[in-house]
Amino acid sequence: MKKFRVYKTKHVDQTKTVSFNFDGKSYHGFDGDTLASALLSNGVHLVGRSFKYHRPRGIMSCGSEEPNAICQINEDTDLTEPNVRATEIELYEGLKASSQNCWPSVNFDIGGINNFISQFIPAGFYYKTFMWPKSFWKKIYEPLIRWSAGLGKSPTKPDPELYDHKHVHCDVLIIGGGISGIIASKIAAKNNLKTILIEDKNILGGSTIFQKNENYKINNKYSSEWLDEEIAELQKLDNLTIKTRTSLAAYHSYNYLLAKESISDHLPLDKKNGGIRQRLWKIRADKVLVATGAIERPLVFNNNDRPGIMLANSVKKYLDFYGVSCGFNNVIFTNNDSAYETAVSLKEKGISVEIIDIRKKSNSKIVKNAEKLGVKIYWNSTIVNTFGHRKINSIEIMNLSEDGSNVVGDKNRINCDCLAVSGGWTPMVHMHTQSGGKLYFRENDQTFIPTEIDENHINVGSCNGDFELEEIINNTNKKVKNFLRVSETEFDNTSVLNSKELDKRNIWLLPNYISEGKCKSFIDFQNDSTAKDIKLALREGFKSIEHVKRYTTTGMATDQGKLSNMHALGIIADTAGVKMGKLGTTTFRPPFTPLTFGSIVGRSVGKFFDIIRKTSIHEWHSQNNAKFENVGQWKRPWYYPINDEGLHDAVQRESKAARDSAGILDASTLGKIDIQGTDASEFLNRVYTNAWSKLGIGKCRYGLMLNEDGMVYDDGVTTRLGENHYLMTTTTGGAANVLSKLEDYLQTEWPELDVYLTSVTDHYSTASICGPNSKKILTKIFPDTDFSDEAFPHMSYQNAKIDEINCRIMRISFTGELSYEINIESKYGKSLWEKCIEVGKEFKITPYGTETMHLLRAEKGFIIVGQDTDGTMTPIDLQMDWIVSKKKYDFIGKRSLYRSDTIREDRKQLVGLLTDDPNEVLEEGAQIVSDVNKKPIEMIGHVTSSYFSPNLNKSIALAVVKSGKKMNGQKLIVPMENKNINVTVSDSVFLDKENKRIYA
Amino acid sequence: MFLINCPYCGKRDQSEFSCGGEAHIVRPKQPTELSDDQWAEYLFMRKNIKGVQFERWNHAHGCRKWFNMVRDTSNDKIHAVYKMGEKPPVE
Repeated sequence: MKKFRVYKTKHVDQTKTVSFNFDGKSYHGFDGDTLASALLSNGVHLVGRSFKYHRPRGIMSCGSEEPNAICQINEDTDLTEPNVRATEIELYEGLKASSQNCWPSVNFDIGGINNFISQFIPAGFYYKTFMWPKSFWKKIYEPLIRWSAGLGKSPTKPDPELYDHKHVHCDVLIIGGGISGIIASKIAAKNNLKTILIEDKNILGGSTIFQKNENYKINNKYSSEWLDEEIAELQKLDNLTIKTRTSLAAYHSYNYLLAKESISDHLPLDKKNGGIRQRLWKIRADKVLVATGAIERPLVFNNNDRPGIMLANSVKKYLDFYGVSCGFNNVIFTNNDSAYETAVSLKEKGISVEIIDIRKKSNSKIVKNAEKLGVKIYWNSTIVNTFGHRKINSIEIMNLSEDGSNVVGDKNRINCDCLAVSGGWTPMVHMHTQSGGKLYFRENDQTFIPTEIDENHINVGSCNGDFELEEIINNTNKKVKNFLRVSETEFDNTSVLNSKELDKRNIWLLPNYISEGKCKSFIDFQNDSTAKDIKLALREGFKSIEHVKRYTTTGMATDQGKLSNMHALGIIADTAGVKMGKLGTTTFRPPFTPLTFGSIVGRSVGKFFDIIRKTSIHEWHSQNNAKFENVGQWKRPWYYPINDEGLHDAVQRESKAARDSAGILDASTLGKIDIQGTDASEFLNRVYTNAWSKLGIGKCRYGLMLNEDGMVYDDGVTTRLGENHYLMTTTTGGAANVLSKLEDYLQTEWPELDVYLTSVTDHYSTASICGPNSKKILTKIFPDTDFSDEAFPHMSYQNAKIDEINCRIMRISFTGELSYEINIESKYGKSLWEKCIEVGKEFKITPYGTETMHLLRAEKGFIIVGQDTDGTMTPIDLQMDWIVSKKKYDFIGKRSLYRSDTIREDRKQLVGLLTDDPNEVLEEGAQIVSDVNKKPIEMIGHVTSSYFSPNLNKSIALAVVKSGKKMNGQKLIVPMENKNINVTVSDSVFLDKENKRIYA
Repeated sequence: MFLINCPYCGKRDQSEFSCGGEAHIVRPKQPTELSDDQWAEYLFMRKNIKGVQFERWNHAHGCRKWFNMVRDTSNDKIHAVYKMGEKPPVE
């Protein structure tokens, strides 16, 4: 076997062997390799199949722009991850990786048949084909598309790893640790600014770190040597935090940025030790300096996608950085000088290389250097075809016509095992545009360059369009000085030697003698879109770049078009005869490279996903077998099964006990707002529909709160504790919103009112005791309190004490029974509850949960806001006209109660429903109709609450029905899947219409 | 994510705030005297400007104070923040 690792570099430690597995085969690489460099060192180019045509694809680049080499890693473990770029994974012992998008294997892939029928699957194929017949969709098309779509496999088990978030503030954030980022960091940190430098690779230095070429020198040293010294000095600066293996994900407004730090991704599985895998940095920076560099462009020509066709600078990096030669018989295909650096590197190491240049000439120093080394150059030539199925073995070239629009002369075949292409450089403007920055188009090298927008954000280096070393150093120095208001720096008199590129030529789609329809000139390698597809989209009438992108899916793969967008734009511009600058770009959206869900979610998983609120009595409920339900963030006892009881049986038992003797409910979760101030009464007048001024001290009143649109928003009982002091209760789920709404009105509409609001929900625990024996129990607990109807009437409150602890007792009822609610400071909640249970034993006091509470109140026809209402119900719709004050001049929502829409008589109104079969319980949410024969059947309402009442021994329901008010006694139908249930509209109060039980 | 200069607390992350829509819509003092159309104008009609817009914001996870903001919706530049009851800055 040939040895592709041709020489030693300092970046790869060839004394430390690392074994890994790819597609079931064992290989070895060295410490310092990426998966890609290790594969190439073993001569493996073919690493995947393309998305649509399943064509063999090889490693193309050495960074985040990689479209082809995406793998599934550590398959069959909890830690498996799809769509990982081989160019970005650092090799570790035991790494297991496999190709994606091929079946049964990367070497023989059934889907490869798509390549031969590709004539019939052009852009938009799916949109055009899977339309008819309609019946095929569910059974055939959708399963087929689902099977063939997608790349890797999602993990099926929960992610066992930890992720973290970190919030950071700094003076200067520098994105990118290449040469300009290093210069900028040094200037910033040396000028007393708290600086953070982030770099996505594991070492600093960018592409200069492996540049050892006579034509590129700084202060008479090789640029890589000069940079090494700079980096060494950088490590000593106190003000500077350097984060390697950290990639910027998003640049939001006001210099708020997200960066993902990989902490254990590069460690072997057994060394991860359950520590943090990735950390998401949330950075707010005063100033941001973007130095993200540039990405090399490929060239678009026929069959430009074979394994072995790579970017020229990547070939150079594999050689100079990793010591790996991608081929021994190299051809470089270029339109610019930078690829000659690759040629010189190869030739200097004695590796064969020839150059095909579409330009007519170039007289720069680096070109002369290559010529002097004996590199053969074919000027004014282009590649018209490539050969080799699983790896390139030869190419065919022709001369270009004068204007470059055609090919002329004879075909010339050249053998090669690696084709390094370079179509120039594209500044990585993603970060700039994400932050809201604009771009302008520079004609001379066909690049989009950032337009500076803001004094707190600049771009330096090649992401700003400075490609020559001299420009990079001098312009970066100048711009950073100006940006950070620094007068002089150590870089002011740097002497730079570099070869200058003077001759340029760019052809977005290289011409061919083969007809366009038969060429496969790939633009987006990952999504398999070709120049032909772009042209088809234009012919079919798509004009906007955003539409062409979506129709052809160019730039929509996991690499987000890092290599393809410019060519797509160029070809559209050429075809449509529009200037590229006028066309604009598609939108660059975060994240720059895909983020793991784990890093986004951080620690907010499992029990930390949301806050869990428990009452102070929670422990008792748990110990007494309560089943809980979530109400907002609260855990509320739902029911308390005895032995094997199910929900139904428990609720029937609890409900009966509450009406026959005594029940007790934990009502601590209800929202409680303490209202004080000289205008408290007036305030309540304005926020509730009923009148409050005349409520006596010590009395309670039920109130209904509307939105300004007249719809019921919340309800609850408010108690007047003193002349200027009230305690409002709200629904459990509505507490926070009610407080916000009240604060809003107080601060913005009625600032003249003297009112203070304090949320006291968590400060008090509430035990609600109801039933005919409740008074006896209360009397035993509070022997000093007179519970007679005269001294303590319904809807009033008293202060009382248990063992010197103050309590407030409200005689209010949500069940229709004689009922008391005891409020006590939360820390005593559990003791109070236990005392009630102890004292209540002789009366068989029964704890009941929310389900029984719902049933009991439904028997009485009391509404639950959010269950019987849905934001479209007025109090009039609820038949609660009695609570709407006619006398009050104004309250929130009053005017809306007589808008033309709210006074319609055919609005849905709250009614009771009784099933003809008393044992039939309706389903909540079921639709209600009056006539099942007239089609289409008109839905006139729906069931909002439905229970089997053990106290009435029949099924009862509440419902909202169009014109329901006038329908008492009318027969309606609730159609279910397999039967129609006959119901009769009734009054919504089913039990104790005379309200006698509250005086039991 | 914006950095909002709360007039009571100073600069804070946007995540501490909630936006309450268009500012300077005064609740009519005598709603009962308004026609349906006039009431609907107050209740429902809101501008949705591309450009400079006056907005209500609440420092919900902070001092809980409401205040006003002048923001350019086309580029998210916050031109001014000012307390409730204060006059909007003249452009």
